[in-house]
Amino acid sequence: MLVVVGMRVVVGVLMVGCAGRGIHPGILSGARQAATVPGVVPRTLPGSGVISHTGRMYGNDVIDPNEPLNAAEQAAAEGTDDGVASLSPAGRREQAATDLAAFDALIAADQRIEPRDAMPEKYRQTLIRQIAQHAHSEIIGMQPEGNWITRAPSLRRKAILIAKVQDEAGHGLYLYSAAETLGIDRQELLERLHDGKQRYSSIFNYPTLTWADNGAIGWLVDGAAIMNQVPLCRCSYGPYARAMIRVCKEESFHQRQGFEILWTLMRGTESQQAMAQDAANRWWWPALAMFGPPDTGDAAAGPTSGSHTEQSMAWGIKRFANDELRQKFVDMTVPQAQKLGLTLPDPDLRWNEERGHWDFGQVDWDEFWRVLRGDGPCNAERIAHRRRAHDDGAWVREAANAHAAKAQTRARESAA
Amino acid sequence: MSEGSTRISDGSPTPTTPAERSWPLWEVFVRGKRGLSHVHVGSLHAPDAEMALRNGRDVYTRRQEGVSLWVVRADDITASSPDEKDSFFDPAADKIYRHPTFYDVPDDVEYL
Ligand SMILES: [Fe+2]
Ligand SMILES: [Fe+2]
Repeated sequence: MLVVVGMRVVVGVLMVGCAGRGIHPGILSGARQAATVPGVVPRTLPGSGVISHTGRMYGNDVIDPNEPLNAAEQAAAEGTDDGVASLSPAGRREQAATDLAAFDALIAADQRIEPRDAMPEKYRQTLIRQIAQHAHSEIIGMQPEGNWITRAPSLRRKAILIAKVQDEAGHGLYLYSAAETLGIDRQELLERLHDGKQRYSSIFNYPTLTWADNGAIGWLVDGAAIMNQVPLCRCSYGPYARAMIRVCKEESFHQRQGFEILWTLMRGTESQQAMAQDAANRWWWPALAMFGPPDTGDAAAGPTSGSHTEQSMAWGIKRFANDELRQKFVDMTVPQAQKLGLTLPDPDLRWNEERGHWDFGQVDWDEFWRVLRGDGPCNAERIAHRRRAHDDGAWVREAANAHAAKAQTRARESAA
Repeated sequence: MSEGSTRISDGSPTPTTPAERSWPLWEVFVRGKRGLSHVHVGSLHAPDAEMALRNGRDVYTRRQEGVSLWVVRADDITASSPDEKDSFFDPAADKIYRHPTFYDVPDDVEYL
């Protein structure tokens, strides 16, 4: 009962805690920076009309070649990223150049960039998009498993699942908080999610059809997320890196509880084993796709993706290539599957003595792009559910406002 | 392929009341254990300090990460400006005599 009450509180936070259209100029949140650093950061905050063209995959940034670049990136891609010059009188231009040199020096020294430091506009935009879509992935990621809370097979499993889903809500909030340090309001980010202007990881557009899917998600999806998120603990942007440290600490419980669900099923009846195998069959390939398309080669996302990846690496936002992380994940997971007694659904999977790695087949990237662009089994459902949860929480937010106003009035009266 | 518990809304734009946007930002500080200072852990939005504390507990201390919590209105924090970070912190740079290593003392004197 206690657990359920706790859960309710955090769901309340999630739905309630997204206030403030205007930017709250929190010093620590860095929002005030927009006004104090001449030229380097924009005078105006990004409009809600910016369409994101990437899919957030829990720690990497995937360009959809079919969508246009947004204004900030267009300028940078054309080498005309001198908002500095157009914004500033000559004296300030010099100051801005000094600020950018300071930024470059920090990056070169592998130091962290903090909210109020000067930073190139494209660095800021890249981070806002990446962190926001990471945050969206966390809160949309509550749904596939949230779907099973009322049907968990035991009280123990139910309590664990509630705690896990609650953690994902927390991960979303850490990340929205980090994004806000870049001068954008969480409410605006949520609107971009609701309006389909920003995406979340494709993996959550697949349904959880059986109880075993909760095991496969914890083991494979959280496992892949960890692989992506651990390098982000060293991301050059301080608030993002700190949020990731917090997240990674919590993820290992997620992965282990998933493994334990499958471990239990695999030692159960024949039909329980079949259920576990079926879940592994359906989640294996989408989990591999979570690392994003190859950074280079035929299957790479498009002409811009290579340079985008390169830039993110140069800025210390991205530390490993997608294929590198995917290989690490396969190498880590295959022995675990063997231990479980599960067969991974890839006929090309075999140990390569020479490479010292597991060889594996090709992810279906056509399916990946299809699902990312909206044509997955659950895309519409996920967003509709998210929007309804937000709408249904309106009365809670209003009640909190009324209570705060009343308490304030009482405090004033007793002071008088 | 639909999941049982999920309903579909009509897709109309999510209404957002003015009040909903007015919640202030709070910075959250946690004392990890007795003997340590409070450390900044992140921020959240809440209508008042009490809700900020409760939400701060749920967001930042789900695994006993803290024994004490502060929430501070972000607006109420005054910070030094990165613009003047050199001039602001400069005075400390040329006062190396504030460090014990500045002083020449014989090597064989103990407890100094
Ligand atoms: Fe998570
Ligand atoms: Fe997780």
